[in-house]
Amino acid sequence: MEISGARMVIEALIAENVDVVFGYPGGAIMNVYDEIYKQKSFQHILTRHEQAAIHAAEGYSKTTGKVGVAMITSGPGFTNAVTGLADAYMDSVPMVVISGQVAMSLIGTDAFQEIDAVGISRSCTKHNYLVTHASQLPRILKEAFYIAASGRPGPVHVDIPKDVTAQLAYFDYSQEVQLETYKPTLKGNMRQIKKAIEAIAAAKKPLFYLGGGIKASGADALVRRIVAQSQIPAVETFNARGTLSHEDPMLISMVGMHGSYAANMAMSECDCMIAFGPRFDDRVTGKLSEFAKYAKIIHIDIDPSSIGKLVDVDFPIVGDLKSVLEDMEPLFASTIAPSMYASWRETIKRFNDLHPLSYHDDPAGRLKPQWVIQRIGALLGDKANISTDVGQHQMWTAQFYPFSRSRQFISSGGLGTMGFGFPAAIGVKRADPERISINITGDGSILMNIQELMTAVEYKLPVINVILNNNYLGMVRQWQTLFYEDRRSETDLSMQPDFVMLAQSFGGIGYRVSTKAEFEAALQDAIAKNVVAMIDVVIDREEIVLPMVPAGGSLFNMMLAKKEK
Amino acid sequence: MTEIIPDEKRVISVVVVNEASVLARIAGLFAGRGYNIESLTVAPIPESKYSRITIATSGSKRVIEQIIKQLYKLIPVLKVIEHAQQVEKEMALVKFPVGESIADIAALCAAYNGKIVNVGQGVIITMVADEPQRINYFLEAVKIFNPKEIVRSGVVAMER
Ligand SMILES: Cc1ncc(C[n+]2csc(CCOP(=O)(O)OP(=O)(O)O)c2C)c(N)n1
Ligand SMILES: [Mg+2]
Repeated sequence: MEISGARMVIEALIAENVDVVFGYPGGAIMNVYDEIYKQKSFQHILTRHEQAAIHAAEGYSKTTGKVGVAMITSGPGFTNAVTGLADAYMDSVPMVVISGQVAMSLIGTDAFQEIDAVGISRSCTKHNYLVTHASQLPRILKEAFYIAASGRPGPVHVDIPKDVTAQLAYFDYSQEVQLETYKPTLKGNMRQIKKAIEAIAAAKKPLFYLGGGIKASGADALVRRIVAQSQIPAVETFNARGTLSHEDPMLISMVGMHGSYAANMAMSECDCMIAFGPRFDDRVTGKLSEFAKYAKIIHIDIDPSSIGKLVDVDFPIVGDLKSVLEDMEPLFASTIAPSMYASWRETIKRFNDLHPLSYHDDPAGRLKPQWVIQRIGALLGDKANISTDVGQHQMWTAQFYPFSRSRQFISSGGLGTMGFGFPAAIGVKRADPERISINITGDGSILMNIQELMTAVEYKLPVINVILNNNYLGMVRQWQTLFYEDRRSETDLSMQPDFVMLAQSFGGIGYRVSTKAEFEAALQDAIAKNVVAMIDVVIDREEIVLPMVPAGGSLFNMMLAKKEK
Repeated sequence: MTEIIPDEKRVISVVVVNEASVLARIAGLFAGRGYNIESLTVAPIPESKYSRITIATSGSKRVIEQIIKQLYKLIPVLKVIEHAQQVEKEMALVKFPVGESIADIAALCAAYNGKIVNVGQGVIITMVADEPQRINYFLEAVKIFNPKEIVRSGVVAMER
């Protein structure tokens, strides 16, 4: 039987086991929305902005590992979604984003709500399609899901003209995906793997450099085993937080611009760097000519273009991390003895004792953001999923929250999108309803998708927003203080809404707190009431994120917190 | 201090699925990253669903390596060929006023695998086909004959 293009979209989503779509309707996508109305197989969540629909789908995907799905209309619907696409692209989040387009006959005529959507999304998606006939839809949608989830994951955009959604054609979703030009390498080269193991065995100061590729390939358990077996110390990138438990004795901490002293020193001093799926981001490497100067570098990544992009690699291994580590694990076990690196571990311990991650709590003064984060961690630990927005609060969260599993920390690492946190936390709550979904945010960022209060309330997705309120665009203010002689150009956010009333007006609950006791009481109350909440926490305005490697500086040249006397 | 590494000239052949958006993907990849395209030719590969795109570009070794990896990352790209071991040819059409010495022009063309291909009202058109560098020499040499118009095809290449 022939069915419409719009119906095909529904059938494909059902065949892909999609259980939630985040979206926002409009003229060009209405045929599909009409079919959504008629079906009961998946839920549609109406966000209050297209950007939020994409971030919510990202939050869902980052939590579950499944492909996130979002749907939007043409023109402004699509352009509103572009930030989300770019965000998903930078953080390698598997997504399928379906947009409506004006009818084929109108394309290229500057029709109402026409924009060259595939032209715009080309540079911020893994792949994209403009569907020109309904008969292509089964193949294209199947390819879209396959491409999004395989290899280095990423967002795929499918643009469907309105007349195509009305066309009738046969729907056959059973055809295997056949892409002769796309076959991601899975197995690593065994000779290269053996050479890498030899290099590790010959090293005195090896270091695991754990990246976001680990969770993407589902290799966290393997990594934990290999680390435990080899007793080689490890640093995590921002996107890899939680790969090792905060209790793991081999975990040094986060590395990079706001990484710990010990982590950055270990990166600088190691003689063999074993990189599991990081991308050598400039916020991690610092000045390239000084980066890991003494180290032989082993880099395992599924994306060949990630390897040797910035840093010369001695042992490149292209392949799916999980598959490569499965091959490596027995070699680690037979070749590497934990006793080999005892003095290196001692060195790292000394680094850590010298300058541990720390802050000065001032009982007489305002609350310290780091205390708030540690307190949430102490109270909720593994019971919460933690999303963040972008700024100082994000870095403090990455530094101080006691993460115990991968996918617990949901944040915009690559693009650094303010406004990501709240909609993402909504997607997280939808994906993992048993756990508490906390969004640690800033007074600047929260206003960038504040309308999502309505979505969270309507769909009973009780996200708790903890606003670390410094009345500043804090991270920018920090740079102004440090690098612009403290000229605070356009970063003062003294003008603020009443966040308590704001939350209430949407049907949520609000708290404004300025002491430890008030904070704890508010958090407990919000958890007990199980409703959408905003906890506006008045914090020390002048606090800055330390340690800090100034942009372009060497990793070992850090600005450090003053030592407590 | 940063080392100054001279840019290398490279000819890269890219075998792609012959579909509407593929050229935009490739051109966009170069444009978006500031990679230089000196010339670009496209033609379908006979009896296949593929086309061959030949791109002359230049950049440091790292940039060229990165270009190749990024090209591979595009879904419709089947193969990227970048060999030092390849035959490279380019064609040029040059239009001269008939007042110039036709015999001398014809002799020069012959030295560069070319000839006069058209004699029209007041003009002659010549064609030469040779390595890109030799085409440069040819165009330098014919300057004395006051060429009115020059069209270069861009380079095509084949592995040895
Ligand atoms: C959409 C967007 N615009 C601008 C920026 C630049 N930026 C990075 S951090 C920051 C300040 C964020 O302020 P706030 O949310 O209050 O967080 P804080 O740093 O104060 O914790 C800004 C403006 C950004 N990352 N994203
Ligand atoms: Mg702030």
